[in-house]
Amino acid sequence: MTSPIRMLEADPGLACDPADPSCAVPGVAGEYADDLLVGIYRSARTVAMVGASPNPMRPSYFVMKYLQRKGYRVIPVNPVAVGQAILGEPVVADLRDITEPVDVVDVFRRPDAVPGIVDAAIAIGAKVVWMQLGIRNDIAAVTAEAAGLTVVQDRCMKIEYGRLSGELAWSGINGDRITSKRQALLG
Amino acid sequence: MSDTPQPGIGEQPPLDSSETPEPARRSRYGIETRSIHAGSPPEPVTGARNVPIFQTTAYVFEDADHAASLFDLQTFGYIYSRITNPTVAALEARVASLEGGRGAVAVASGHAAQLVAFYTLLEPGDHFVGSRFLYGGSLTQLSHTFPRLGWQGTLVDPRDEAEVRAAITPRTRLLFTESLSNPAAVVADLAMLARVAREHHIPLVVDNTMASPILCRPFEWGADIVIHSMTKFLGGHGTSMGGVVVESGRFDWSADDRYPGLSRPDPAYHGLTFHETFGDFGFTMKARAVALRDLGPALSPTNAFHILTGIETLPLRMERHVRNAEAVARYLAAHPAVAWVSYPGLEDHESHARAARYLPDGAGSVFTFGLTGGYEAGVRLVEGVELWSHLANVGDTRSLIIHPASTTHRQLTDEQRTAAGAGNDVIRISVGLETAADLIADLDQALTG
Ligand SMILES: Cc1ncc(COP(=O)(O)O)c(C=O)c1O
Repeated sequence: MTSPIRMLEADPGLACDPADPSCAVPGVAGEYADDLLVGIYRSARTVAMVGASPNPMRPSYFVMKYLQRKGYRVIPVNPVAVGQAILGEPVVADLRDITEPVDVVDVFRRPDAVPGIVDAAIAIGAKVVWMQLGIRNDIAAVTAEAAGLTVVQDRCMKIEYGRLSGELAWSGINGDRITSKRQALLG
Repeated sequence: MSDTPQPGIGEQPPLDSSETPEPARRSRYGIETRSIHAGSPPEPVTGARNVPIFQTTAYVFEDADHAASLFDLQTFGYIYSRITNPTVAALEARVASLEGGRGAVAVASGHAAQLVAFYTLLEPGDHFVGSRFLYGGSLTQLSHTFPRLGWQGTLVDPRDEAEVRAAITPRTRLLFTESLSNPAAVVADLAMLARVAREHHIPLVVDNTMASPILCRPFEWGADIVIHSMTKFLGGHGTSMGGVVVESGRFDWSADDRYPGLSRPDPAYHGLTFHETFGDFGFTMKARAVALRDLGPALSPTNAFHILTGIETLPLRMERHVRNAEAVARYLAAHPAVAWVSYPGLEDHESHARAARYLPDGAGSVFTFGLTGGYEAGVRLVEGVELWSHLANVGDTRSLIIHPASTTHRQLTDEQRTAAGAGNDVIRISVGLETAADLIADLDQALTG
């Protein structure tokens, strides 16, 4: 399978040329094929959310709430919040503490925390590592892909679902999706 | 008034050709395709192919939890048409696409768009730098009404880098210009303004009304926010008021503490941090969820529908507007009763080189010219035309004409009129889509009288 991330010839470790302004812009058409993302959403059932926060004003809470409403099981992972529940789900300390199959590991942590998360994702047999908006670690991405995982970087699981389902356009957001089909890709 | 129609400045440095347009956002589709399709997939429930007019105020919640998630902005969906409406949303997504932007908020008029944009970016006590060459109503809004909200401005020449730089203060939070000005047709040096704005880390906000996204896309030159009065070319048929604010998605609102409304928890939205939560459309969400919600200038769904229909033919219309404007400008330039013509498409216009760069497909169709016969000749011309409509608007399929000195600028002194580019001899026209020969014949009979 070819990598969903555009590789630069000069430096295979860099997924994206930092000097290319389009690369700094999440949601640019073409970096991740719609089919790839639709495939992830259609096949996934369980999402482990690393860095999930019990604060209802944090972005992770928004995403968890949204994914739950779309029918996904979301397991919050956050050593600082163990003993609490977020949106009805008990928080676990570590990905390795999860006893059921995990499809997607959704990362709300700083880029330097990603390598450890990728190692754990590989160990528990997750199929996808998804780094949220603003989070990129190209070295860890290569590690995950080499182990057969699909990697998405610098994208929001809520926003991409909204784009592919057409819901994002309800807020006047341009997802560059044009279609004369009645059925949206998701939803 | 001198017979120099073109707002002159001193020696201008040559354009810096190292600054070239960059697509703000790559699209898979051409601008004609997007003018028709962007934002308007078939309506899923009925299959209606065109966007229905959702003449509706409110939307039923699935359950209490759904209602709570909507109010908390955790789920996308409709609540109340002051904030979002399905027909208006289709228009917003379409204009965002045409400008190469990330998101847009449509509002009731162009003036409301300016208010919503400024309100989202400025705190009381903040400062803005604006172009001196703006639509007269915008000059009034910026220099009289905005200061009453605590926003002080300095007006500058948008072609003069030294003047722009000198006007920026530590409290300056945005730079505002029209890409192609109404009515003087001054073409701003967008690349220069974007460079200065970037150096000071403030957004460049561009009113692109007179050019439309067909002739100029300010994001490609580094602008951060684009505004339109959709009342003009976007709607295009003189039917509907409307305005829109478009966000490029490239400005980092959290780089410093200057845009606390976007970078810090917002007390007007129970502690939500808009930029962090919504990323590259944080500005759009804030403009909608706070400015539109609390100031209230919602666009009517029926107006949105008419503007959507207008946009479908925008690329075709702009091409013909430009062709007719060029024909009329050349005719006028050769007429003995005409002292000067200020159309940047003419080779001797001071903005000609910038127009060739920023508006390569044509410098729009709104411009001014001067009559050798002064005030009286102006009154005679607007009364003598039969096909041209004497009224205060631009950007219609119909050709429009006005003599500012006897109408919009009547209350001013001679000096004030001259400074505003509305001297006694000045006529403003908006060239429409009629047969060019008919437009010229009508002007000819009225000028020769
Ligand atoms: C360039 C420009 N900007 C803004 C406006 C204000 O728009 P509206 O009349 O839709 O409020 C106008 C109106 O003439 C205009 O020409």
